[in-house]
Amino acid sequence: MTESGRIRVLMAKAGLDGHDRGVKVVARALRDSGIEVIYTGLHQTPEQVVAAAVQEDVDAIGLSLLSGAHMTIFPRILDLLKSEDAGDIVLFGGGTIPDPDVAELKKAGVAELFTPGSSTLDIVDWVRNNLQHKSHASA
Amino acid sequence: MASEPSLLVASALSGNRRAAGRLISMIEDDAPQVEQIMRAVYPHTGNAYLIGFTGPPGAGKSTLVDELVRVVRTSDQSVGIIAVDPNSPFTGGAILGDRIRMMRHATDPQVFIRSMGARGHLGGLAVAAQNASFLFDAMGMSLVLVETVGVGQSELEIAEMADTTVVVMPPGFGDGVQAIKAGIMEIADIFVVNKADDPMASKAVSDIRDVLRMDLEHREWTQPIVRTIATSAEGLEDLWMRIQQHRGYLEQSGELRRRRRARIEREIMRIAERKLLERVLQPRTESQEFETMLDLALEHRMDPYAVADHIVSFRDGR
Repeated sequence: MTESGRIRVLMAKAGLDGHDRGVKVVARALRDSGIEVIYTGLHQTPEQVVAAAVQEDVDAIGLSLLSGAHMTIFPRILDLLKSEDAGDIVLFGGGTIPDPDVAELKKAGVAELFTPGSSTLDIVDWVRNNLQHKSHASA
Repeated sequence: MASEPSLLVASALSGNRRAAGRLISMIEDDAPQVEQIMRAVYPHTGNAYLIGFTGPPGAGKSTLVDELVRVVRTSDQSVGIIAVDPNSPFTGGAILGDRIRMMRHATDPQVFIRSMGARGHLGGLAVAAQNASFLFDAMGMSLVLVETVGVGQSELEIAEMADTTVVVMPPGFGDGVQAIKAGIMEIADIFVVNKADDPMASKAVSDIRDVLRMDLEHREWTQPIVRTIATSAEGLEDLWMRIQQHRGYLEQSGELRRRRRARIEREIMRIAERKLLERVLQPRTESQEFETMLDLALEHRMDPYAVADHIVSFRDGR
């Protein structure tokens, strides 16, 4: 990857969920693989997450959810991305999400979900293999 | 989303934030379309006032900027923010976390916050920040705030680009000698000692004052030292007043015009140098003749100055 084609990822925590160790570990692993990570901190609304993603023009949003609200918040972010003309921003995530919910969220448009036991290397590999910085692609 | 630069610019100028975000990415990547973008943007610029914030990590710059945005928004001015954080020198990756302090403004349609990594800009960070600030200006932002971790060369370049430069110091940054050698004193129009409830804050204020007294150069503008506690919004109205006073001084003294003239001159020279490099020098280094001279220089039969003279001279008719 050239220096000018750096991948940018927004890492976010949404809703009433104060557990940010996981998201920070993943943010750090992504940073160490050469990705620019924008971290927005705890307790964000879906609206804030999407507004930040649009302003930062990220290639993807990585959402960490350990609160059980995943069936509400993931679809809400997908909807907001579409209405902001930003449906091309990839949404992936991680957290304590039961398998049936994983399947349903993926069907709804979440690109990938990493559940407990996933290694950070798997996440980094997935990001690097599935995201491409777009700015030049359409030049 | 359309990627035609002129359409993107038109869209951004009519308020589409998605388009604005894309344009800043192109600016950051130094994409081939940047010239076309900036030529479409520039006619709409000239109304924004640019304030730079610099200082060591942990001084409280992001929190201060966040609070200042709150103050400014009460007067309904729109604000563009460029927040620069360092990249890893080893991987090029970065964790850009300035936004964490500013998320309450995330959904405000009159505020646009953009994080930038300090490294990895082929055209230089200052160029990317300058061009992004031109875009904010063209979008109708009345204020552009640029926040950088100081002090390095790129931070100085950003200070050169600001109308008003605010240097933010934490208490206990060191003694007066640190302040003299830091090189940061010269660029400040306004000093802020943040975390002013810390017992070391008074010492920081007196250290800065001592250093300013040693300055033998006559200045028409006396650099004020403002105490703030950004986390509880104390001193922010005072800071905003000082910024406006400095702006008033710049406007009345003609210094604003001088600063902006110097800025646009640097900008033009930078663009001209690059065009000269791309159009004139680079083609000449792609000749067999140049390769031969490289070998001669390597064998110490020709000196590097003579080779350089040869490629910059026009005697071969090109």
